[in-house]
Amino acid sequence: MAVGAATRGAMPPLSHPRRASVRSWPFVDRAAYVLCWVTGIGLSLITAGIVLFMLLKGVSYLQLGQFIHSPSPSLHQTQSGGFSDPIVGTLLVTAIGIVIAAPLGVAIAAWLSEYGRPAGLARAVESALEMLAGVPSVVLAIFGLLIFAQGFLAFMSQRAFNGTVTGQSFITAGIVMSLLALPLVVAAAREALAQLPDRLREASYALGKTRATTIWRVLLPSIRPSIASGVVLGMGRIIGDTAIITLILGATLKNEPATGTPILGTLTGTGSTLTSYVFNNSPAGEGNSHEKAYAAAFVLLMIVLALNALVTLLASGRPQRERKLRQRALALVPWTR
Amino acid sequence: MLVTDERVERTLGALAVAVLVLVCLLVVAVLVKAWPSFSYNGLRWFGAGGEVDTQLRAMREGTPLPGHGLLYFRAWPLVWGTALTTVLAVALALITSTLAAIFLTEFAPARVRSVLDPIIRLLAGVPSVVYGLIGILAIAPWINAHLLDNGRKQSVAYVVQLNGANLMTATLILTVMITPIMVAISANALEAVPPAWREGSAALGVNRWRTIWRVSLRTARPAIAAATVLATARALGEAVMLAMVSGGRAFAANPLDGLTFLFEPVRPMAAQIFQESEGLTIGPLGHTIYALGAVLLVSAVMLSLAGWAAKQSMKRYGIRA
Repeated sequence: MAVGAATRGAMPPLSHPRRASVRSWPFVDRAAYVLCWVTGIGLSLITAGIVLFMLLKGVSYLQLGQFIHSPSPSLHQTQSGGFSDPIVGTLLVTAIGIVIAAPLGVAIAAWLSEYGRPAGLARAVESALEMLAGVPSVVLAIFGLLIFAQGFLAFMSQRAFNGTVTGQSFITAGIVMSLLALPLVVAAAREALAQLPDRLREASYALGKTRATTIWRVLLPSIRPSIASGVVLGMGRIIGDTAIITLILGATLKNEPATGTPILGTLTGTGSTLTSYVFNNSPAGEGNSHEKAYAAAFVLLMIVLALNALVTLLASGRPQRERKLRQRALALVPWTR
Repeated sequence: MLVTDERVERTLGALAVAVLVLVCLLVVAVLVKAWPSFSYNGLRWFGAGGEVDTQLRAMREGTPLPGHGLLYFRAWPLVWGTALTTVLAVALALITSTLAAIFLTEFAPARVRSVLDPIIRLLAGVPSVVYGLIGILAIAPWINAHLLDNGRKQSVAYVVQLNGANLMTATLILTVMITPIMVAISANALEAVPPAWREGSAALGVNRWRTIWRVSLRTARPAIAAATVLATARALGEAVMLAMVSGGRAFAANPLDGLTFLFEPVRPMAAQIFQESEGLTIGPLGHTIYALGAVLLVSAVMLSLAGWAAKQSMKRYGIRA
């Protein structure tokens, strides 16, 4: 942005005010200039429209009771309950997905950027991740169903009456969701690792630390904000996904534990999340109650908004990094501790 | 000490290889499961012939259509629907996002920009089901009431019923969905253009717009291409929103119908997979659905190759985006 500001001053000849220079342009150029403004403002208006529309609908249909009541099958808006189960579902699936994706993603990023031998293998892993990022989530979902319906993975979901494994449960949905978040975490961590100055690593090696120790004690702590923003981006992707939920979690009305065991039963049972709740209550789904759908969509939007704010916050913490890096490098030297 | 380091290297490497194996497994498993459908129908799988909905119902009920086996399937309406929505939306988004990115980096006052930047990021993160909900509850009824008149509905009544959920609704919402990502990437790239290059152009007396057009945009072209690839991947794989707003029938919209074309229903492949989720365990229907998934998967792989190629030329300019 500083770059932009500098050039902005330098570009038009200083004696002309900017407006006059636009007026002197050929007609086509002026038309393009106007078109740019129109598009920019139009896009802002559309955004404002979406946000205001959802805000209006959300405020008019959201009731506090909806956070505590379970959904219930009823055609009447007053009796069809709230969305406490979908909220719990969203939290559960996101938690499972991130618990898998975050450590795995950081580990892979560390391997790719710090070891990466043999080079061919590293390239292959890189392109696999790039591909994974481009695979539609609905394809990931049918792949997940294929895998988790295998007999030896029955412990993660449940068996239907005829003995086939359904492959549908919170655990399986969470695992497939982790594939959705994984490329984002790896990309964020890798980018940050690549930007760390080499002197940091060299200082650590010079003190006789191994590469593993350097990664664990020096590199990873210094890229913590980047990892965090990658993780938050991944969470956003998991929270926003509907296809995997409908196909692998079952998108049932309530969270239905598979067995009586308190936690394990829920984890291996089916359920729903806010996204599948919105879908089911839209005219395209079975529930068809606009007001509930709008209310849940509003809550969803607020969660996304909060996550967005979090990413911005994490990213703005960057300027202090250099100082922190120096402290960390000093902390390696035994006598300054 | 060294031993632990080696062990760490091997463990991390094993994890990375595990993901590699998983991705290979993904491709192989989907292709294997899809094979019966492709081998029964041959290349005509992609062709036109009959109603997709009827063929799928036959598979669901286990009663083959007269003269055909249970696996008989002609996916043309779905393939055409995917191609139409994706290409139209990406083309629209490419124009809009490029203009918006120029606006953001060159013309917008700093204060406007500081407001727009986070908003664009927010827009990119809105779940597709929310877009679908707005589409099906607000935009589709509006289009049905204001843009569709009875005459238009009558003109194609013997082929297909028209309502607010149609190609135009689907394309417009898809465009709004994919534009923010493209704006973000393009704006980043425009900002990374070395100032000296533009100053050189300005020093030659070229006006601001032409400088942007000839120097900045050309330098940022690989990044814009990469953004387009990313957006195409998203448009191609979008299932939920399209299942909600693209109309209730797998119909191959006909461009020969003139303007009515825009109001005809379409159903892309991803939306069909999403809607048929209950039938995955039914043998022939399952194979057919996985075949649709395989086509999407192969397209996604080719797109990521295209994205890689776009990035290669970006590296040549030394631009990171």
